[in-house]
Amino acid sequence: MKQTKFFKMFRLLFLVYVLAIVLCGCAGGEQGDTTGVTTTASDPQKGPQKGGSVVVGIQQDLDSLDPHMADAAGTSEVLFNIFEGLVKPDKDGNLVPAVASDFKVSEDGMRYTFTLREGITFHNGSPVTIDDVIYSVNRCAGRLEGQEAPLVSAYSVITEVNRIDDKTVELVLESGDTELIGYLTAAIIPKDYEKQGESPVGTGPFRFVSYSPQHAFVMEAYKDYWQQGMPYLDKVEFRIVANTDSAMLELKGGSIDLYPYLTSDQARELEGQMEVLLGPSNLVQALFLNNAEPPFDNVKVRQALACLVNPQEIMDMVADGYGTEIGSNMFPAFSKYYLESTKDIYSPDVERAKALLAEAGYSDGFEMTITVPSNYQFHVDTAQVIVEELKQGNIQAKINLVEWETWISDIYRGRQYQGTIVGLDADLAPKDLLDRYHSEARNNFVNFSNEEYDKVLEEAMASIDDAEKVEKYQRLQQILAEQAASVYIQDPAKLVAINPKLDGFEFYPVYVLDMASVYFNN
Amino acid sequence: MKQIGKKTGTLIITLLFISFASFFAFQVIPGDPALSVLGMDATEQQVAVFRKEMGLDKPLLVRYGNWVWNFAQGDFGRSYHYRTPVSGLLGDKLPVTLTLTLISFSFVLLISIPFGILMAKFAESRLGKAANVVNQVLMSVPSFFLGVLLVLVFGLLLKWFTPGKYISYTESITGFLLYLIAPAAAIAIPKSAMVIKFLRSSVLEQRKHNYVRTAYSKGSPENRVLFIHILKNASIPVITILGMMIADIMAGSIVVEQVFNIPGVGRLLVSSIGYRDYPVVQAIIVYIASTVVIVNFIVDMVYRLVDPRIREA
Repeated sequence: MKQTKFFKMFRLLFLVYVLAIVLCGCAGGEQGDTTGVTTTASDPQKGPQKGGSVVVGIQQDLDSLDPHMADAAGTSEVLFNIFEGLVKPDKDGNLVPAVASDFKVSEDGMRYTFTLREGITFHNGSPVTIDDVIYSVNRCAGRLEGQEAPLVSAYSVITEVNRIDDKTVELVLESGDTELIGYLTAAIIPKDYEKQGESPVGTGPFRFVSYSPQHAFVMEAYKDYWQQGMPYLDKVEFRIVANTDSAMLELKGGSIDLYPYLTSDQARELEGQMEVLLGPSNLVQALFLNNAEPPFDNVKVRQALACLVNPQEIMDMVADGYGTEIGSNMFPAFSKYYLESTKDIYSPDVERAKALLAEAGYSDGFEMTITVPSNYQFHVDTAQVIVEELKQGNIQAKINLVEWETWISDIYRGRQYQGTIVGLDADLAPKDLLDRYHSEARNNFVNFSNEEYDKVLEEAMASIDDAEKVEKYQRLQQILAEQAASVYIQDPAKLVAINPKLDGFEFYPVYVLDMASVYFNN
Repeated sequence: MKQIGKKTGTLIITLLFISFASFFAFQVIPGDPALSVLGMDATEQQVAVFRKEMGLDKPLLVRYGNWVWNFAQGDFGRSYHYRTPVSGLLGDKLPVTLTLTLISFSFVLLISIPFGILMAKFAESRLGKAANVVNQVLMSVPSFFLGVLLVLVFGLLLKWFTPGKYISYTESITGFLLYLIAPAAAIAIPKSAMVIKFLRSSVLEQRKHNYVRTAYSKGSPENRVLFIHILKNASIPVITILGMMIADIMAGSIVVEQVFNIPGVGRLLVSSIGYRDYPVVQAIIVYIASTVVIVNFIVDMVYRLVDPRIREA
């Protein structure tokens, strides 16, 4: 009897021992102190080579192959290579003509005139006609027969689509808007082609080959692309990876050549195997506060939080110091409108925070809940640092993790929260970032309400003078910062792992992966 | 025959219950498929159009009734997220998961039966005792963790296969089967360890019975006693375990598919729950539930073959 007891004990200890060895073996990888991060992709020593095929790892499955139906940022990232709009963004954020060879916006911002590019063809070989353009615009605007709602919300301001001649089309708006051009990147597709959802046809540098849900989207070079010499690669496969951990294994195993969503830890781990490129994410990461919910309805409390949160510390803790500090709801890529000085309005200052809390009647602090979507590890990590920082002001915060779908319905649409951490993006129009703070805005999920803000925003929207618009947009950023509408943290860094044999990768101010410029170096 | 009718009845009741439970669960958990498809800034008008188009504007019971009616006629509905028929989506993924399950199960049989018998035969020797400890360790390693280990050792160090370089069965059957070996091993090893443990203790248990002593005293050689007399009786509890294990292996493949990046039913299920794409989730749940019920039925039939006592009862 005694012997069996001893044996059982021994067996248990042995089991623990073996497991410990196995676990330690896994944890101890090589770790370097420096990250081999570079900021440019192109190497002038090596010339571009035509041909080759590349596998790109993507995190999200596509939500539709029909470009007008697709909504997810992860989808437009891929479809950018297949489709083009009248205009398209370049790497500097400028809108350059694409399907249109030329465009004019009338001075009052009411009329947009486009000239169709000569000789441009769809992937099925047929030339793009002005009827295709009119059809595509009408489809986005929800103006086709049987359509009940616009497919692209921004197009709802278009009241007329006029065919001037075989090469020219004019869009008439219900009121002047010089920023609509930013949305005219929506795809031009062949008229009455029914199979866009299964076998998409566009005018972009690559043409569709195959798609298998949860597995891969494959495309090949379009030989008759209007831009001579583009693209370089013959074939690109976007492979949907199950999660970042399996993506890491595949990067190490060499079955993925490009992966644009690394964490700084992973970048360090890949050192020597993969080149890591660094660029901006073009997101506003913030601790968004529900301004309608006490105690955050008190501006002093919000300001106190802004004094307690230290963006630099967050960047150091969660991203090895990468990232750009911001002070308002705008990121630096919108360089013309971006007001950099807002980041200095609140420097980390515990005494000032305590004084502000005392003035607001919370000298003993309070408790709060920060809701974070659990699929974004970066925001979860940020929340953990913030919880510690808030303790200095006697604010006891706890983290509530929710699923992304829950976040959209309860937090973003339902506005049932105290504080939440996410990153907001924008299309090519800076107003995307600012118009959500209008007290009446549908997507004003922070419930911000400020009379001056509403007034300046309305003036900015109505303005068609560029200098005036810049001035007003900067004033709006200043108000958001002064009122501490939320606690603005950073534009996070984007770390891209790329096969060292590849060059030509470009960072865009919008969420796209342009594969046309990527090539194998000699 | 009567038995088959009874089992079919159980299958239908089980499926109705499970499908209603999952249907209802989607009403309770937060998240709206319309927003998942249309994006977080969708207007009320867009949401209303979508809900009408997908039939989401009708009451829960009406929708469930419609779903059952269509399902019975072989129409699994349309995926909200992919906007394509569910049958097409599943048709692509089912062969992958089924093959993975089958390979894993064959591995379990191939590993556990010989090892279980050997370990019972040499239970008293030092080697047998040591093997038992190793078996305990293997039994307690979760498949996904074993999967990661296999990728590290065989994929990254020895380079026997390229992690993530999954080859579709439409491209190359051999490539497809070769890629599935490592994930199948990850699923099969802990399960085999469990079956080995059962088989070993079942054989040891049977050894104590009088009929074994009788057989020996008749002068039968040891192997004959083991294979003819003991094994037949010892296999009954093991068959039960194996039957339950098929369901377990399917669940295991859902997790292991994530580790090896295999586009099977498991990945589709996980992502569809995220998208609140319940026509897809419903179809997969019904598929898993029916497999479990059908496998249990087959296990019952096998019992009858092995043990005449059950046949007569």
